[in-house]
Amino acid sequence: MSDMVELTGQSLAAALDGLEKGRFSSVELTRAHLDAVEALNPTLNAYITVTAEQALTQAAEADAVRARGEAGLLCGAPVAIKDLFCTEGVRTTAASRILSNFVPPYESTVTAQMKRDGAVSLGKTNLDEFAMGSSNMTSAFGAVQNPWRRRGDDSPLVPGGSSGGSASAVAARIALAATGTDTGGSIRQPASFCGIAGIKPTYGRCSRWGTVAFASSLDQAGPLARTVEDCAILLRSMAGFDPKDSTSVDVAVPDFRAAVGRSVKGMRIGIPAEYRAPGMPEEIERWWQQGIAWLRDAGCEIVDVSLPHTRYGLATYYIVAPAECSSNLARYDGVRFGERVEADSLDALYERSRAAGFGDEVKRRILIGTYVLSSGYYDAYYLKAQKVRSLILRDFTEAFGRVDALLTPTAPSAAFGLGEKMSDPVTMYLNDIFTVPASMAGVPGMSVPVGLDSAGLPLGLQLIGRPFDEETLFALGSALEKAAGFDHLPALRAGAVA
Amino acid sequence: MSYVIEGSTGPWELVIGLEVHAQVVSRAKLFSGASATFGGEPNSHVSLVDAAFPGMLPVINAECVAQAVRTGLGLDARINLVSRFDRKNYFYADLPPGYQISQFTHPIVGSGKVDIELADGTRREIGVTRLHLEQDAGKSVHDQDPTRSFIDLNRAGVALMEIVSEPDMRSPEEAGAYVRKLRMIMRYLGTCDGNMEEGSLRADVNVSVRKAGEPFRTRCEIKNVNSIRFVMQAIEVEARRQVEIWESGGVVDQETRLFDPHRGETRSMRSKEDAHDYRYFPDPDLLPLVLEQGWVDSLRSALPELPDAKRARFVAEYGIPDYDSSVLVAEQATAEFYETVARGRDGRLASNWVVGELFAALNRTGKTISTSPVTAEALGGLLDLIKDGTINGRIAKDVFEVMVETGEAADAIVERKGLRQVVDTGAIDSAIESVLAANADKLAEYRSGKEKLFVFFVGQTMKAMKGKGNPALINERLAHLLKAD
Repeated sequence: MSDMVELTGQSLAAALDGLEKGRFSSVELTRAHLDAVEALNPTLNAYITVTAEQALTQAAEADAVRARGEAGLLCGAPVAIKDLFCTEGVRTTAASRILSNFVPPYESTVTAQMKRDGAVSLGKTNLDEFAMGSSNMTSAFGAVQNPWRRRGDDSPLVPGGSSGGSASAVAARIALAATGTDTGGSIRQPASFCGIAGIKPTYGRCSRWGTVAFASSLDQAGPLARTVEDCAILLRSMAGFDPKDSTSVDVAVPDFRAAVGRSVKGMRIGIPAEYRAPGMPEEIERWWQQGIAWLRDAGCEIVDVSLPHTRYGLATYYIVAPAECSSNLARYDGVRFGERVEADSLDALYERSRAAGFGDEVKRRILIGTYVLSSGYYDAYYLKAQKVRSLILRDFTEAFGRVDALLTPTAPSAAFGLGEKMSDPVTMYLNDIFTVPASMAGVPGMSVPVGLDSAGLPLGLQLIGRPFDEETLFALGSALEKAAGFDHLPALRAGAVA
Repeated sequence: MSYVIEGSTGPWELVIGLEVHAQVVSRAKLFSGASATFGGEPNSHVSLVDAAFPGMLPVINAECVAQAVRTGLGLDARINLVSRFDRKNYFYADLPPGYQISQFTHPIVGSGKVDIELADGTRREIGVTRLHLEQDAGKSVHDQDPTRSFIDLNRAGVALMEIVSEPDMRSPEEAGAYVRKLRMIMRYLGTCDGNMEEGSLRADVNVSVRKAGEPFRTRCEIKNVNSIRFVMQAIEVEARRQVEIWESGGVVDQETRLFDPHRGETRSMRSKEDAHDYRYFPDPDLLPLVLEQGWVDSLRSALPELPDAKRARFVAEYGIPDYDSSVLVAEQATAEFYETVARGRDGRLASNWVVGELFAALNRTGKTISTSPVTAEALGGLLDLIKDGTINGRIAKDVFEVMVETGEAADAIVERKGLRQVVDTGAIDSAIESVLAANADKLAEYRSGKEKLFVFFVGQTMKAMKGKGNPALINERLAHLLKAD
């Protein structure tokens, strides 16, 4: 088998099966993906760095390992890595000018585990600068295009963000799956915009070691893939306790894949009244109701619940996340690594290097964060936000006393046009309104594509679960996926350049 | 007792509080695995965490936590089972992450105390407000190049304990005694080596002055004073400066100052950041530090005996004077040496020998107790020879000198030199008789009532016996023979 469309169009699960059965080699599979990257990336800009040579070397190694009967979980599967994970010897930019020349001498725990399991890395995917954004428009390496187009309209759309490059690459079949990170919705929202699945696991499930930090108490790595099962396969490799990350949690990593397809009969699903945004398109409400109906048909019990502090989620998030980012990004000063603009005093060196190295959105968040931590404002903003955060967590804890999971829309809209919503940051921030609360509570959330809106763009629904109960999300996610039968294809994809 | 500065408007009282930064004795730094040893080529003890590379995370070093708890227990302080690490944010080239991890609102150790003693024997209790763990910064070197500064990150991330006192001290002497005592306790505990030259102990000194009975006036903080002598000098000159300001109608500004020991003055110091707003907030990379009471208890039960307890025990157990005991416990090694000598022997005799002959020999030879040419066991052997009558005290001093020179055991020296004490009354009697015969004139004077000459005869007899006669037997036999004649 050598047809590029077949090789790139299959799921991760199918590809691993094909490799195991010897229907194709990892080198063939990888080359097909690299060819597709070459054809599509100039348009999509999903990858910042393509590591073709390294990928083929890894693929050849993977073939040899498999021939010896020592294949790991991901042996020979070509995947993409969000350019926020440090990769040894491969430039890691966080899509920022200030790290544009940074080559880490170390490998993040998450990607090291994937390597251990035999994954082939095609390259590093684009993102919003330092993962700050919901459109991938803030990247210093240029915007990413969503491979989807509105029906009868060829104008480019955003893939969402911040894991926009990963979502675009997976949707366009130029990676079997990809890693992402999610701080306030950065996996779930782009997954929804690009018609793929993505899960932000429980905070502490994946190690943060070696991943460029945005907001430490919220950042969490997770997979993006075209099926729920593929997410389960990839997450198993990414997850696990890491003594190098004090916030990672020492709990066993279950075989998430085993939960895919598991019966959801008798599960209680909460429908939170508060997840209705002002001006939210009627279609989103309609798909939400459809999702509820599908789960009811699958034997779930639907329960109305209330999460009263949801309305404070976004405001609270935009205090906590910038506060942490203002401190986390202090290390980018041009002294030890990254871009430096020379100056004749230390302060001037800091000012010039940071002024030239950071984009507007990053600067905005550093300013907000510095402000909310300043003496005289700390109590009113940061401390208050922490209190509200614990109330948000309490909402979830109480709800999970009554239900097994929650079902909500993932985002308040479908993908929007490239360059839209850039004039008013708050409009952009509203993208995360449904994803931020789970981030604030540290609980897992998954987005599953369920259908198209009237313009032909994909929409996703979000499942939110109990801490460390991703298995329930995989069971419910696969039930939704099965019911939805989402088989629509984006306009731009491997072998079918529009 | 009370120390005051006499100004033109009358006496001024001093109010002093200290923040002591003590480097924790540990193999590795507080949050990275890098070595915490002093010295080494610049930037040779630096991990990616210390250099704040992207994605690097801190992991608390349990040994540093144990050291802080031990120190807290040694200060009779409350151990907080839940404490927290905060970030103190500021930009400087020797602070790679742009923040120092410290404990701002929830320190690991709460209030405790240090008992100090002054030269005149006065004892005072100085309150300790808190002890917290924090990271040290790196070192900026500005004098190696005309246009550039160099950064050495070997120290960056090394664990420090900041020990904050109450404003309880009232004189430079008290402040000196406080630092000395704190250092002694930490050395006993093995939690800080107290080496001020290497910077492992430094003090920020807060000083204000006031008239008796007044509330506190504005204080100034003198940063980074690195010897006990300088702490005392800095307090005095700073207090005098403040008295002058107040008395000339001025106002003391609250500020951070630097002590210049060459000029004997304090100077206003430029601050690291023009406006100090450290934007403290809980470090999201670290969970709250939660200790189990059982673990704290196990550290407590494994604590070594501390100086005050040891001093009291030596007095009670070995019957030595309190002053001697205080000298013996000043350093743990001396106390151990003493106790090895004293155990199973005459404690007073042991103390006299250690504080007297041994200290004098160490001084003379420039050695320390741990490099002493005479071991505790060897000194004990010498005392055994005195006790069992093999040699007398005078000969013992000669033997000791040989021990210092050659390191030989006392009994070997006694044998080799034939210094064994003569206890044969026949030999003593014949020595006495020849002395009396040779001094017939003195004997006549004695007989006519000049009884003081008894001592002369003893001395002559001892001399005739080359010092080896048993002094008690000589006395006894001389009295007998004089009476018998």
